[in-house]
Amino acid sequence: MCAEKTEPTIKDTINGAIEEAHRQVQICNACRYCEGYCAVFPAINRQRSFSNSDISQLANLCHNCRGCYYACQYSEPHEFNVNLPRALAEVRAQNWQTFMRPRALATGFQQHGVLLALLFIVGLMLMLFAASYFRNIGDGSGFYAVLSHSLMVSIFAPAFILPLIVTGFGLRAYWRAVGGQRISVSHLASALKPVANLENLSGGQGQGCNFEREERYTNSRRWLHQACMYGFLLCFASTVSGTLMHYLFASPAPYPLLSVPKLLGIPGGLLLTVGCAGLAWLKTKADASLGAASLWGAEMAFVLLLGATGATGLLLYAATGTGLMPLLLAVHLGSVLTFFLTMPYTKMTHAFFRFAALIRDAQIKQENA
Amino acid sequence: MKTELSDRLWDVAIVGGGNAALCAAIEASEAGATVLLLESAPKPYRGGNSRHTRNFRCMHRAPLSKLTEAYSEEEYFDDLLRVTKGHTDEALARLTIHESESCLPWMEDHGIRFQPSLTGTLSLSRTNAFFLGGGKSLVNAYYNTIEDLGVTVAYNAAVTDIAIKDNHFESLQVKIEDSSVRIQAKSVVLASGGFQADLDWLARAWGPAARNFLIRGTPYNKGVVLKCMLDQGAVSVGDPTQCHAVAIDGRAPKYDGGIVTRLDCVPFSVVVNENGDRFYDEGEDVWPKRYAIWGRLVAAQPNQVAYSIIDSKSAELFMPSVYPPITADSIEALAEELGLPVTTLTRTIETFNAACPQHLESFHPTTLDGLATSSIEPAKTNWARPICEPPYYAYSLRPGVTFTYLGLKVDESARATSEKGRYDNVWAAGEIMAGSILGQGYLAGFGMTIGTVFGRIAGREAARHVC
Ligand SMILES: Cc1cc2nc3c(=O)[nH]c(=O)nc-3n(C[C@H](O)[C@H](O)[C@H](O)COP(=O)(O)OP(=O)(O)OC[C@H]3O[C@@H](n4cnc5c(N)ncnc54)[C@H](O)[C@@H]3O)c2cc1C
Ligand code: HEM
Ligand code: SF4
Ligand code: SF4
Repeated sequence: MCAEKTEPTIKDTINGAIEEAHRQVQICNACRYCEGYCAVFPAINRQRSFSNSDISQLANLCHNCRGCYYACQYSEPHEFNVNLPRALAEVRAQNWQTFMRPRALATGFQQHGVLLALLFIVGLMLMLFAASYFRNIGDGSGFYAVLSHSLMVSIFAPAFILPLIVTGFGLRAYWRAVGGQRISVSHLASALKPVANLENLSGGQGQGCNFEREERYTNSRRWLHQACMYGFLLCFASTVSGTLMHYLFASPAPYPLLSVPKLLGIPGGLLLTVGCAGLAWLKTKADASLGAASLWGAEMAFVLLLGATGATGLLLYAATGTGLMPLLLAVHLGSVLTFFLTMPYTKMTHAFFRFAALIRDAQIKQENA
Repeated sequence: MKTELSDRLWDVAIVGGGNAALCAAIEASEAGATVLLLESAPKPYRGGNSRHTRNFRCMHRAPLSKLTEAYSEEEYFDDLLRVTKGHTDEALARLTIHESESCLPWMEDHGIRFQPSLTGTLSLSRTNAFFLGGGKSLVNAYYNTIEDLGVTVAYNAAVTDIAIKDNHFESLQVKIEDSSVRIQAKSVVLASGGFQADLDWLARAWGPAARNFLIRGTPYNKGVVLKCMLDQGAVSVGDPTQCHAVAIDGRAPKYDGGIVTRLDCVPFSVVVNENGDRFYDEGEDVWPKRYAIWGRLVAAQPNQVAYSIIDSKSAELFMPSVYPPITADSIEALAEELGLPVTTLTRTIETFNAACPQHLESFHPTTLDGLATSSIEPAKTNWARPICEPPYYAYSLRPGVTFTYLGLKVDESARATSEKGRYDNVWAAGEIMAGSILGQGYLAGFGMTIGTVFGRIAGREAARHVC
């Protein structure tokens, strides 16, 4: 008689990933050779035994630099089969899918790049429809001739705020699980430094990570990520400044070249586009089996979508005053809408969770000092 | 690949793919020689025992890289004399020590990165420079370096025979995948390690008990090259019957378990053999100093196995272990879990507990605290606290072989010698010649120092011979 085959439930896969990480962390704690690479190993060495939440915290602290994989004398085909970057990536993925509600959306977007692409098309159609339907009913000129300002606000304000709220709840669940304490200014300051210079992708000594050139270190991923991240922040600042100008100074878009929104937005858009293009290219060179391989497609979709927000923003600027403008506006707004709506459920959550993990790490270090 | 290798006359052929071989390859190639490196392991296992290391011992007159304070030639040499009990060649030893200082910057120039001494090893921060990421990342960095230099590397290439005529090396017979090819070179560097992975040889040298030993490092160091040289009259050094063995977790893999299988619980425990009897003073000295003798002690027990038993109050006093301990709430239950005779083990623990001192306040885990048993044999002379607070934990112990001592005799230029005098064109480096310097015992980090110093010399000299 053969045993009945049962599909593994989400719970089984989660437990499987955590179990596997437990096993590997135990080996690392007896070895400690990789202590100099990143914040994960000092965090391991502070403890003797680990709860599931400890493992989550380690997973979100890991930057997937892969230094410890190539340095490991126990990697495959050794029977210990240590592949810590993958083990922690898998726990991370499970975390992001379980802490964010509703779970179905998180699982869907984390695992299926196709869903993100479909949503993008829906967003695009919506924008095109809005643009043609409301055309000339609007109250403005420039972009707002295509899509009125009030309509934009009534679409984008909730599309931005609701996902932020969802993310906030997810983070709170994580924070509780890892025993987070009240956050002080010094915790924030210690966590901001490794965000600002991404030192956990630096290999510990500035030589970089082992993402796309196997045993050789490079800083490509680190620099491209910072281009992307700072670019994104500049674009965000540009939008905020535009909103302020609109409401406080009654000065609606489009803005001239020498204006705050443009001076922030153009370099931001360039950095974001170049950063994402570079990150996507590196991703094709790297060994997918050192990450959560099943998420590769969805991650790629996310990077491309993020890059598209930057690139279409720039194109839109270039097309000012031409007949292409309405179409480009719809494409740009469609990508931005999709990006924000799915924020809690895509790879974008990494920024929030990793930041939280870095803050928690700063707290634990202080508690132990 | 195979014909590419055998169709030409190489300047320098290097046998082995660990630290000594890689250092030799770099120097020979930088001196302008065409170099072929033959590594018997497949790529994922390249680097021999060097891939399991974590540091090398380095002389320095002032703080150097991550090394603190100073470590003088005299102090280093005294440390060596102490562990070898004088079984060392002073000239070669001093050369190694002296050269180690310039090795560190040379290593950094060739891609090696260092890190501060690892947690739990503060005592080594002055004497030993730790590799960032450990020995495998060192090996990776050197392979990258030789790739950039244009050295040809063949994996799965095991040297099976060395043709030597009138003290002159002529060619190597190499098994690459399934066929055997002849490789010709003007000079050869032998850097293929010791013979500890050949259990038959170990059993012949040590006795049949050796079949139960675990091999801490690579399964590829079977001493084929060493044997081939000795059979042809090469002069040897080092005790042919001895190996360096420590007590490791008995559940470790047969080969390649490496550093994580180490167990540091012995000083806080009672150690019994298969019969449930104690056999040696567990508290003789701090663990790093006694680490090595326990390999032999366990090797002398029936079936080469022993069990280290602690109770809950000692559970966190030592570095975490890779395997969880066997746990039980009573000594009887623990004996059953371990398959030990229940009555003997219970009696051993009761007798031990009764012999422990009454007052335990002076217990101190990292210094010799003098808490000794009275009137039992063997005594436990430090850290003697009764095993009485459940749960009880046990780890099995087996001898784990690190390396063997038998090797080739070399001179200060790393040149090997036959009964008829120095070979024209055969150099040796690393474990295969370490017995000259480390005739007995072990000094942490010295294996990599010997390999680096002599690997570099051998590579340089072998290239000078041809260029
Ligand atoms: C677990 C462990 C930890 C250690 N830690 C340290 C430490 O921290 N510091 C330290 O100084 N020392 C340490 N040692 C000792 C150290 O590993 C050795 O002294 C050193 O690696 C010797 O280097 P080597 O190049 O001579 O030999 P290896 O690195 O062992 O290289 C021998 C090479 O020869 C190859 N080979 C063997 N036979 C053939 C053949 N017939 N044909 C072709 N190739 C062949 C092997 O595949 C291998 O690549 C440790 C040893 C072990 C086992
Ligand atoms: C707290 C701040 C942040 C930290 C610590 C951080 C860290 C990281 C790390 C370590 C990676 C690589 C490992 C991995 O793929 O998981 C990564 C990837 C990435 N990050 Fe960030 N990040 C932060 C913020 C941001 C922001 C604000 C953006 C832009 C919106 C961004 C965009 C990306 C992109 C596009 C990738 C590539 C994804 C991939 O290759 O799959 N990150 N980030
Ligand atoms: S990844 Fe491997 S080498 Fe690094 S600490 Fe863990 S077990 Fe050791
Ligand atoms: S992959 Fe990099 S960041 Fe993650 S644990 Fe390993 S060394 Fe640390």
